[in-house]
Amino acid sequence: MSKETKEREPLFSPKNIKLLTGPINVTNPITVQVLGICSALAVTAKLMPAIVMSISVLVVMAVSNVVISFLRNGVPPRIRIIVQLVVIATMVILVDQILKAFVYDVSKQLSVFVGLIITNCIIMGRLEAFAMSNKPWPAFLDGIGNALGYGVILIVVAFFRELLGSGTLLDMQVIPQGLYDFGYVNNGFMILPPMALITVGVIIWIQRYYTRELIEDN
Amino acid sequence: MQEIFNIFIKSIFVDNMVFAYFLGMCSYLAVSKTVDTSVGLGAAVIFVLGITVPVDYLLNEYILKPGALVWLDPSFVDADLSFLSFILFIAIIASMVQLVEMIVEKFSPTLYSSLGIFLPLIAVNCAILGGSLFMQEREYQSLAQATSFGLGSGVGWFLAIVGIAAIREKIRYSNVPPALRGLGITFIITGLMGIAFMSFLGIKL
Repeated sequence: MSKETKEREPLFSPKNIKLLTGPINVTNPITVQVLGICSALAVTAKLMPAIVMSISVLVVMAVSNVVISFLRNGVPPRIRIIVQLVVIATMVILVDQILKAFVYDVSKQLSVFVGLIITNCIIMGRLEAFAMSNKPWPAFLDGIGNALGYGVILIVVAFFRELLGSGTLLDMQVIPQGLYDFGYVNNGFMILPPMALITVGVIIWIQRYYTRELIEDN
Repeated sequence: MQEIFNIFIKSIFVDNMVFAYFLGMCSYLAVSKTVDTSVGLGAAVIFVLGITVPVDYLLNEYILKPGALVWLDPSFVDADLSFLSFILFIAIIASMVQLVEMIVEKFSPTLYSSLGIFLPLIAVNCAILGGSLFMQEREYQSLAQATSFGLGSGVGWFLAIVGIAAIREKIRYSNVPPALRGLGITFIITGLMGIAFMSFLGIKL
């Protein structure tokens, strides 16, 4: 045991709060760290799968961050990637089975992307960068924070794509019928895959416009 | 034979890994700054996909599928191990990547030094695991079909990354709005390239 004389940090010290809120804007995993793009784009045509995906990633990330953080001193560095993959894969199998059991339709829509949480670089990246060198509690907060940052982008993109593409939100009609009678047409283009990329591009544009320090050189 | 060729073409253009499914985007965005490095990574992806998809196909066919264990004993007809596919596929991929790295290092040091750092990176490239999972989902009929799907997906990924790298090299001379520089404009260009690739959707194969 290490010396217990050191003053214990309160559970929600400013440093820990920063772990939780930072990833939502200035260190956002998608728009700044460029992690976990693949799944973020593919599940955002509708709001429902995006929310389910965010929750799945939140669970997998929080738990695997804590587990790896507990194991961090016992794992030889040479085999750490395999150990990380096994922990993540186990969590993902659990989540996949739960989704199949309780929300089968959404699980069908997500198709291979639940499985791909295993290779979602956001999880590997945070395990490598943070959980391997920090205590379980900060690792837990880091996992939650990054998963929230990921979820926020997913939900914003899915919101606009579903609203403009199908005129619905969570499969409920929100654009009034009267508007269609005037000649308003759903923009079917928003449902197609390329528009997810362009939407994220625009989000990055807006975010960097307001957060100047993120602007790149070329 | 024609069926196999169709799958190959279809997985390059119509079901392109990057533009239709966004797989392997992380390395696609991170490594596409110059054409040289992206050619190296693209070649490595073709190589690894061409090996892991057939191997995972055999694994799926003879171990994981419901009733696949019949060759061992007829009483296993109800056994369904498909819930193990994630963990076995990722184990196969990680070990294949390691094996490929050792073989290439032994027999072709020049290729090894040009692929070098990209080979280990590939183990966590979602295009590779995605290839195996799509193979499982689409239920290809034979080993040859699975192989041509793996190779085709790899070639499609290669084309995508080389294309974006060439555009990024040129765009450095353009006057992009400051907030859009770097990542933002890359996303938008990828979106536009995706729209261009969608024109292949009309091809019936």
